[in-house]
Parts: sequence; structure tokens; C-alpha cells
Amino acid sequence: MRFESSFKIAGRALRRNKMRSVLTALGIIIGVGAVIAMVSIGNGAKAQVEQQIASLGENVILIFSGSVTSSGIRTGWGSAGTLKIEDADAIRREVPGVTAVSDEVVSTSQVSAGNQNWFTRIYGESPEYFDIRQWPLSDGAIFTPQDVRSANKVCVIGRTTATQVFGSESPVGQVLRIKGVPFLVTGVLTPKGLSPQGTDQDDIVIMPYTSAMKRVIGGTTLRGINVQVSSPNDLAPAQQQITELLRQRHNIRPGRDDDFTVRNQEEIAEAATSTSRVMTLLLGAIASVSLVVGGIGIMNIMLVSVTERTREIGVRLAVGAHGRDILTQFLIEAVTLSSIGGIIGIVVGLTASQLLSALAHWPTLISISSIVVAFLFSAAVGIFFGFYPAREAARLDPIEALRYE
Amino acid sequence: MAANHAVVSLEEVHKTYHTGEVEVRAVRGVSLGIARGEFVAIMGSSGSGKSTLMNLLGCLDRPTSGRYLLDGEDVSGLDRDQLADIRNQKLGFVFQSFNLLPRTSALENIELPLLYGRQRLTSAELEEKARKVLATVGLAGREDHHPSQLSGGQQQRVAIARALINDPEVILADEPTGNLDSRTSAEIMGIFQQLNDRGITIVMVTHEADIATCAKRNILMRDGTVQSDEPVAHRFLAQSNQT
Repeated sequence: MRFESSFKIAGRALRRNKMRSVLTALGIIIGVGAVIAMVSIGNGAKAQVEQQIASLGENVILIFSGSVTSSGIRTGWGSAGTLKIEDADAIRREVPGVTAVSDEVVSTSQVSAGNQNWFTRIYGESPEYFDIRQWPLSDGAIFTPQDVRSANKVCVIGRTTATQVFGSESPVGQVLRIKGVPFLVTGVLTPKGLSPQGTDQDDIVIMPYTSAMKRVIGGTTLRGINVQVSSPNDLAPAQQQITELLRQRHNIRPGRDDDFTVRNQEEIAEAATSTSRVMTLLLGAIASVSLVVGGIGIMNIMLVSVTERTREIGVRLAVGAHGRDILTQFLIEAVTLSSIGGIIGIVVGLTASQLLSALAHWPTLISISSIVVAFLFSAAVGIFFGFYPAREAARLDPIEALRYE
Repeated sequence: MAANHAVVSLEEVHKTYHTGEVEVRAVRGVSLGIARGEFVAIMGSSGSGKSTLMNLLGCLDRPTSGRYLLDGEDVSGLDRDQLADIRNQKLGFVFQSFNLLPRTSALENIELPLLYGRQRLTSAELEEKARKVLATVGLAGREDHHPSQLSGGQQQRVAIARALINDPEVILADEPTGNLDSRTSAEIMGIFQQLNDRGITIVMVTHEADIATCAKRNILMRDGTVQSDEPVAHRFLAQSNQT
């Protein structure tokens, strides 16, 4: 019944000490602002990683030749040449749910055209590769299955390679020399940007894997196989079946390690986003510390305020305030400070996050939930840290309080 | 003394404090009746129990034993919150050190008891009531002044206005002139006498004999008991500059 009065009283008390109120609220402003800005940075990074993962394509299973641990010796993925073209054909033939398969060989090489040259990555792939990775051309056409069968000297190049070698000229129809072998450029890829690992995905030359094996790299084994399945539900069964099929084809006895590695896109995404999730958590936790410090600031000021206003409390009790009225008054003061601080802090946090993305080009993502949580948390900080001083005030004896010097 | 007509009635009231091992019997069996419209001054040296008696009368403290009837109601057994309501509705306090809220306007200081009252008043009603009361103590026009902008006498008038705002049964004044010079003291006593003339019961603690002569009845406390209780023979009528 006296609640609105308590608001009136608390409001008057806060206005009486404007400077102190502002400084106290500042602790919360900084705390809430920091939480919102930090979490938006973390979320932004996470969103960016997720976007990069999506650029791998949808429902993709990657098979690398060689195992992470093979007979106790740790080797890199794709290092040992254990995958054969026949393995890829078998997967294409025998694993249900598979919609596209691309044999893959990889190398790096100097490439040149005219008087320009450039060191880039050479990928040998099947034509399905462009579907799997959802990587359309910006110009020209991709190579055909016939090109693969005949190991024709054709290639598709990425935007970076195109710019480096051909400058502003259109590369389509031009000749690119790779290890001295002339290749006809049939198309230019749309730019894809950085990979999750930070390499420039557009710095690339893609050609039929047969051409790459025969004319550029040499050898008869694949580095890996890219497989696409029709739906996310097919990922796990297909992965299982591919593993069984390859073990069978490679005559691996039960109990022995695989000589290949199968990863699906979700696992790769999981690994990549878990890092940024930890970062978000860490940033949020550090920022929360400042919010707690802000809360302690409120408690400190409220305790000082209770001591300083002992006589005032005595007068209030003498003219008829209940202990509860005093408690509510001081609680409302604390919560008002922290909530107003919280609201201003939200504005500061949003501004800071916008500034960071605009000036420092950091990816930031503001989530409504982080705003709501930060605000509720700031109000809770007010209640939590305001309660002790408020209770001290409410428990004062009116006679003692009036006599307090 | 007819207790039924008394606004304040104490029956065999004792108050004993325990400070550590020491037992202090501050009030030892006081029976007292104060009728409506009286103006009583309680006197006594320090340690005589007059402050304790004042706290008991002001419902700030409860007697260890005995009964206290305020306006016919036994208040000796009430709890903290009930006593707070009694103070709010039936009593008005005037303190030696004024006890106004600092950096708060005269009007807001006067409104203070209304904020804890039973009635819910709008801000406009609060202000209206406070303005009226401030005018009765002769401070119309000083509504927005803060205590630091008022003289001691003016501050005490604001405090009196605050005590009056809830139309109390009794005004309790604890050394109301203790911090004032003699001329201002006389002014304040003049206000008290005027209020008393309007029928308001006043109980005042003082150690100044000349201030006590402004009242109608003097009670002398000594060692926790009433030593003498007699009407004032030659009453001093303070000059009043009331408008």
C-alpha cells in the first residue's frame, strides 16, 4: 500500500545526491556496456565461423587418405596415398543417399600467362565439386565429364588467381601455363572469401583430377574424396557405410586402424564453433566481473548512505515509517540506480559494438537475449547488493538513530 | 485526575535498561495523566529520567512494566509497526536539533509524515496540505527553501509544521529551544502557546526554567520518579510575531 510512496521517497533521495547517484550508476553502466559489447563480439565471431563452415557446402562428407594415427605414427590428413579412384567409384556406386562425389588431388605450383606468374594451389576435382561446394562461376563454364575422361588441359580459376595473372583482362579462353603445360581457362569462380582456417579460397586453380594426376602432379592416389548426401539425416549412416566400404576395400582387419579419415561437415563445424563459443563465454565472464564490481560499488555507496543518513532514517521512523518502508526505500534506491545504469549501459554497449564493427571491422552480432539478460542481471545486482544496506537501515532503533551524530 | 478524559495516561510505568551487567532503572513507577488541551513542561537534571519518559510518551520505546493509555488506547503492548502507526496518526515530534532532511525543501520536509500515513494522497494534495500548515507557522513564501537557507528559528518552525501535518493528539517537543537564542526561543514558545490556545495538547521537555514557565503545568523528574507536579503560577506569555 505504501509502495508508490516508497518510489517517491527514493526518487527524492537520489535526486538529492545527483553526483553520487551518477557515479554509482557508472559502475553498472560500464559493467552492462562491457557485457553487451563483449558478447556481441563473441557472437559475431561465431556467426562468421558458421558462415564460413556453410561455405564448405551442404551435407558434405570429407574423406582424407591416411589416418590421424596410423600404426601409432601421427600423420597429417591426406598425407599417405591410400585412396584410389576406384574407391571413389565404389562410393558413388554402393553407398545409398550419395548425390555427388568428387575425387580430389591437391598440389601447389607456379602458374604463368604472358609475362605474369603466380604461385597458387592446384586442385584436381570432378565436375560435381562445384555443386558440392555450391560454388558457381562468375564467367565461362566448368569442365565436363568428357574433359575428365580425356584428361583434357582445361581449368577453372579463382578470382584471386585471375586478378594476379590476367589483371583486368577476362581470363576465359586464355591460356594458363602450369608447370610448362598450357591449360585453357574455361571459367572463373565467384569469390568465396577466407576459409575457416584463414586461407584465401579464391587463390586456386581447379582442373579435372585426371589432368592434374597425369599432367601436373603425377601419381595415382587421391588426397581425398568429397561426398555430398541428399539430407542431413543421411550424413551419419553414409559416413558409417563409407567407413565400412573403404575398410573392406583396403583389406583392413578388425581391430586395426583405418588408413583414411572420414569427417562430416557437422563435426568440422562443431570443432570450429566450439572455439568461438568458448571465446564468447570468456569475454562475457570477464565483462561480468566488472558488473559485479559495479554492484559492490552500489553496496558501498548504499552503506555509506545509510550511515550518513542515520538521522534521516530516525526521523522517518519517528514520524511513522515502518521498518519495511525503510527497507523498500533503500532497495528501490539501489535498484533504481542499477536499472538506470543498466539501461544507459545497454545504450553504451550497443554503441560500442557498432563502433567496433564500423571502425575496427570486427564482426559483431547483438542478440536480444544478451540485452535482456544484462538488464535483468543489473536489476538483480541492485537487489542483491542493496539488500544488506537496506536491511541495516530498516533495523535501526529510532531513538538511537535520532541521537546519532 | 480523571483518567478517562486524559489524552495521555501513565499507570505505574517502569523502564529498565540493561547495558551489559549494569541495570539502569531510568523510570521507576510514574503515574501521570495529561488532559486534552494541556501544555506540560517536564523538567529535571540529566539522568533524571525525563528523556526516557519522553521516549515512552512518544511511543518510541515500550515500558518494561505498567500501562500507557494514549487517547484511551493501551499502547504499552504494541509491536514496532503498530507503534509507528500510532506515532504517525496521533503524535507530532519537535526535536532540539530540528532534524529536517537536508537538501530537501521545506514543503517536502513537512509532507514527510503524510508519505507514511494511511491516506493515499496525490502530489498536489500533499503540497496543498503542506502549504497550509507552513502558513500557520508563519513561513508562507519559504516553501522551496532548503534547511540550509533557513535560520534556526525558521527551521524549527518547519519542524513544528511537520509535527502538525497529521493533526496529532499530542505534540511532543524535546528541548525545542535548546539550539536557539533567547529571542528566537521566545518566538517558538509563542507559536506553541498559540497552538495550545487552539486546543492542541503539548508536552515539552526542557531544562530551562524560564522556558518551562511558558507552559501551564510543570512536572519535575528526579531519579526516575515525579518529584513535583504543579500548575505554573506566573505564566510567561511569549510575545508572538505571528501573522
